Amino acid sequence: MNNTKVTDASLVRDYLDGNENALGALINRHQHRIYSFIFSKVYDRDIAEDIFQDTFIKVIRTLKRGKYNEEGKFLPWVMRISHNLVIDHFRKNKRMPKFDNSGDFNIFSVLSDGDLNAETQLIKDQIESDVQELIKELPDDQLEVLTMRIYKDMSFKEISERTGVSINTALGRMRYALINLRKIIEKRNLILTN
Amino acid sequence: MGKLYFKKSSKEEKINHLHPKKETVEFLLNYSKALRVNEYKKMKFETLLN
Repeated sequence: MNNTKVTDASLVRDYLDGNENALGALINRHQHRIYSFIFSKVYDRDIAEDIFQDTFIKVIRTLKRGKYNEEGKFLPWVMRISHNLVIDHFRKNKRMPKFDNSGDFNIFSVLSDGDLNAETQLIKDQIESDVQELIKELPDDQLEVLTMRIYKDMSFKEISERTGVSINTALGRMRYALINLRKIIEKRNLILTN
Repeated sequence: MGKLYFKKSSKEEKINHLHPKKETVEFLLNYSKALRVNEYKKMKFETLLN
């Protein structure tokens, strides 16, 4: 088949008439443009591959269901589908591309998606266990308030009722607990961030 | 040195040579061959025949 002379519209018609080769011709003709467009947004071969596949699955299903309205705009239609799927992908990952990267700098290397991967989860667990060890060095009254507030999620009113001190005293103990905790961390040169 | 200014960045270069994997295209063609849409009283049912 001579792809350069046959229009997209007639290939679509052929495909709808049952000629499966017409789909192959359409994919071959536009695969580079569509795949490059997807890759330019996601910068990941595997994700681009998935989105490319999902795009054409949608195309095939729409065509076979007879829902495609031919207006001589096959490529813009497919590009729109892939664009929507790219947006869905970023929505799923709770992030949106804000910059069009043209150089080697990848903005996503400095943007985090908020979700924890296995490594950051491990680091977070480690930090939490370190903090639990550190607070044991606080004076008992401060430790008590801090534990109730942070780990038991109690309000200062509840803490004051439970410990028999005023709310202001509980607030003061919490404040000193945090100040002392910072001092302990500084003294030991600890870095408790990921 | 001058060449450096005209050298395309690796990403630009990459994008110009991008194509989906053969397997992906083959999968799509096979999917298309296997997919049948049957109509029954205004309803449409999709079946995948292996």
